[in-house]
Amino acid sequence: MALPSLDSPQWQSPWRAFAWGLRSITQTILTLVLFATYLGIGALAHDSHFSLVWALASTLFVWAGPAQIILITTLGSGATIIQSAIAVTVSAIRLFPMVVSVLPLMRTPTTKRRELFFAAHLTAVTLWVECHRFLPQVPRERRIAFVNGLGFGLVSVCLTANTIGYFLAANLTQTLGAAILLLTPLSFLFSTARNSREVADVVALALGVLLYPLAAKMNSGLDILVSGLAAGTIAYGVHWWREVRA
Amino acid sequence: MSAAQLIGDWHALFVLFVAGVIPNQIWRMLGLWFGGGIDEGSELLVWVRAVATAILAGVIAQIVVEPPGALASVPDSLRYGAVAAGLVVFLLTRRSIFAGVVAGEVFMLAGTWWLG
Repeated sequence: MALPSLDSPQWQSPWRAFAWGLRSITQTILTLVLFATYLGIGALAHDSHFSLVWALASTLFVWAGPAQIILITTLGSGATIIQSAIAVTVSAIRLFPMVVSVLPLMRTPTTKRRELFFAAHLTAVTLWVECHRFLPQVPRERRIAFVNGLGFGLVSVCLTANTIGYFLAANLTQTLGAAILLLTPLSFLFSTARNSREVADVVALALGVLLYPLAAKMNSGLDILVSGLAAGTIAYGVHWWREVRA
Repeated sequence: MSAAQLIGDWHALFVLFVAGVIPNQIWRMLGLWFGGGIDEGSELLVWVRAVATAILAGVIAQIVVEPPGALASVPDSLRYGAVAAGLVVFLLTRRSIFAGVVAGEVFMLAGTWWLG
């Protein structure tokens, strides 16, 4: 499927643009990765004793895979609300530069801030990557509608995956249930590794995995925050050291 | 499944908003309000991104090391082996997420079947 040319009459209607955005979810492998990831999140929510509505509400209102698994895992293992909130908010800071860099792609001189609300909410790594790929092929005045369509499609795929994962975890044999749960660490590990372009990201990922078991031995209740701060700061130190030497 | 089971308890939904939705959403809304004037390559953001990546890495490790639910029925060696096998295939296939995930899953399922 190719998008219509920039001057095509197809782009005259905002609803058409929304529909093209919706159809664009079939044009990327990331949709499949998201499906597997959210299948795993649905199963994880089930096995951590959250309800289906809870899992769906987290996808709809949080709409950030890392924040969702951090929330489910920390709350599920007995962290306090404050500890979970801190871990979630640190993971979400990256959304700020993403939103800042993606909204100018859709803005026109007459765009009002409230028109960008849904686009800002839908911004997460997948949408961010796809915006940079698709938006140059969409006329500027139809980009908000296109992005809303694309985001609506991705959210729908993930809500469906959540529901399927939740019921599979409830009804499958133990082995297959374990296989669905294993999707979450595998897909997050590899998609984060794939997005790691700088040395600091690679070091943070590797050290974060290795330091967690050590931090867990301290049994402070803040394991994730302790290992994350330590590994992240060391990774930043490596980045800084390389910059200074360069 | 009853409606009550589907919804769960209201306290958990309240916690979702306080510990999940608000701490997450606040950054998007700040981006919407104060967009512009932030340098994506700034040193502070490099550090923030490194800490965020490491926190996510810690959660990935936690799921594998202290697994929830059905995953706990899989022996340690198979869980670690599945991640290692997936990682090797991921690197060999020039970072194919799909190939890495499939390899990890196949390793775990084959191992469970082989161990009986």
